[in-house]
Amino acid sequence: MNKSTPSVVIVDDHRIFRSGVRAELGEMVEVLGEAETVEEAVRAVNELEPDVVLLDVHMPGGGGVEVIGQVSKSRPQQRFLALSVSDDPKDVIAIVRAGARGYVTKTITGEELADAVARVRDDDAVFSPRLAGFVLDAFAGEIPADEVDPELDQLTPREREVLRLLARGYLYKEIALRLNISAKTVEAHVSSVLRKLQLSNRHELSRWAVTRRLVD
Amino acid sequence: MSNGRTPWLRRDSSNAILGGVCAGIARALRIDPIITRVGFVVLTVGTSGIAAVAYLLAWALIPASPGGTATARERPRRRRGSWRIATGVALLALSVLLAFRELGFWWSDALVWPLTLAAFGVALLWSLSRPRPEAEPTREDRGAPPALAEIEPPPAREQAGRLSRAGFGIALIVGAGLLFLWAQGVLDAAGDVALAALVVTLALILISAPFWWGLLRRLTVERSARIRSQERAEVAAHLHDSVLQTLALVQRRAGDPSAVAKLARHQERELRSWLAGSEARPGERLADALRAAAEEVEESHGAVVEAVVVGDARLDEHLDALVAATREALTNAAKFASESGEVRLYAEIENGAARVFVDDRGPGFDPEKVPADRRGMRESIIGRMRRHGGRAEIRSAPESGTEVELEIPVEERER
Repeated sequence: MNKSTPSVVIVDDHRIFRSGVRAELGEMVEVLGEAETVEEAVRAVNELEPDVVLLDVHMPGGGGVEVIGQVSKSRPQQRFLALSVSDDPKDVIAIVRAGARGYVTKTITGEELADAVARVRDDDAVFSPRLAGFVLDAFAGEIPADEVDPELDQLTPREREVLRLLARGYLYKEIALRLNISAKTVEAHVSSVLRKLQLSNRHELSRWAVTRRLVD
Repeated sequence: MSNGRTPWLRRDSSNAILGGVCAGIARALRIDPIITRVGFVVLTVGTSGIAAVAYLLAWALIPASPGGTATARERPRRRRGSWRIATGVALLALSVLLAFRELGFWWSDALVWPLTLAAFGVALLWSLSRPRPEAEPTREDRGAPPALAEIEPPPAREQAGRLSRAGFGIALIVGAGLLFLWAQGVLDAAGDVALAALVVTLALILISAPFWWGLLRRLTVERSARIRSQERAEVAAHLHDSVLQTLALVQRRAGDPSAVAKLARHQERELRSWLAGSEARPGERLADALRAAAEEVEESHGAVVEAVVVGDARLDEHLDALVAATREALTNAAKFASESGEVRLYAEIENGAARVFVDDRGPGFDPEKVPADRRGMRESIIGRMRRHGGRAEIRSAPESGTEVELEIPVEERER
């Protein structure tokens, strides 16, 4: 694990919020710059080349999803961590599927955020308990066998177990202890879930994302 | 009909051959529809086709039985379907009439044709005055923002459709009257007068058309402005009752950070559910009930309770017990762990069972050493779950927090 201070660019359309994050991160993370629109963000990220982009989900002009789309053209390896007040599953799933390696809510503490940034920098996935719950929901239920791509469309029992414990608020090292596996293996499981969430075309995902709040 | 009670007689569209009138009558009388259908055919022959006209009238006048809940997407299709039915009924009635005419069961051309035309017109007009099924109020209004579709004026196309249908209906009835008069030979004398009247009327219509058009436009504009201001007033009222009140309280209690945090949290949750537009139904849905329990405990014990719920189910008495046991577990956790961080609630309703986990990072305890007088946990969690066919496990050890696991079978699983 890389021990140096990770660098970030903060993208959010609220100035007060940006300065708040900057203050909370303090010395733990190096803030290279800030941006408040999609264009500014794309320019800043291409110029400053941060380890991680802290990205707001809702912004005028397309929001975080748009930023990821445009930056990925020039910097396909850029890592993003979504940071939002929204806990609408539709928003969360959309930004993760666009390419964010994690999702945390804005009520997170500075320390936790710095930790999340470092983990995203090291190519880990960062799942808040709520995101873990959304993912379990998205992958719940049976789908016809001929439509299944077992590589992508289903979670393994172990992955489910890890997600369940994440949803219950346990940390990676606590999960490792409970399941008798190493913390690295826990990380591997989470990264694999992230990959499935991003790549699976499982109809449940899109159907769920669109209709979840409308029906019932 | 308009007071919301279910009318005794409804057309039964699900068993319809034409418009479902016979099936509906049969259902109301609790007899087999074949009886009413045969009866109808006999009646049609006996009355030289007038019964077919009566069928048309009945189709227009008797409301259809509600065929489940029509979603916005289904509505236009349903209306097109009713036009198909109308055409079918009309053609059938026409052929029946022609057949009777050939066979000699006939009163007279001068009577039956105008009567048929008029019946069509009346049917059309009545079908317009019938309340539209989608306008029925279905949601109770408890401060949630009204869904936009409900207050939007009906789209212009629909308005135009109604107008043209009304015009067509009126034309049919007037035509029928004229036809009857003409057949009786009364019209010849009145011809000149009628022509003059027609010309004058046409001229008047042409002259006043711009005025009517303008009036219509103004009404539409006023209507949408009124709707907008109503909406605004509603939003303002809500913000006033909720956010502004909370802000006032926050200012007054600025010295007490935990009270302020609690207020902010409560307000945030309230505003979120309002914005999402989905009223939580803690009396009906397990997920909402669990979230409500978490909120309750959070408010009464000042602890932070994070709730994650996967899946959902309709509440029944067993799940009510699960919710009550969960509330008890949360309360315990909040009491003993509030200083050492948050309490977590995770629930999943999957594969025929509802499982609830309540975790805290509190001091923990040795389950063997719980004094007998602290019956709370044993009775209200373990006992309650057992009585309802579920199970409960409490795992705890000093210094490592407490974990409560509840499980109960669920019959229906809903996504």
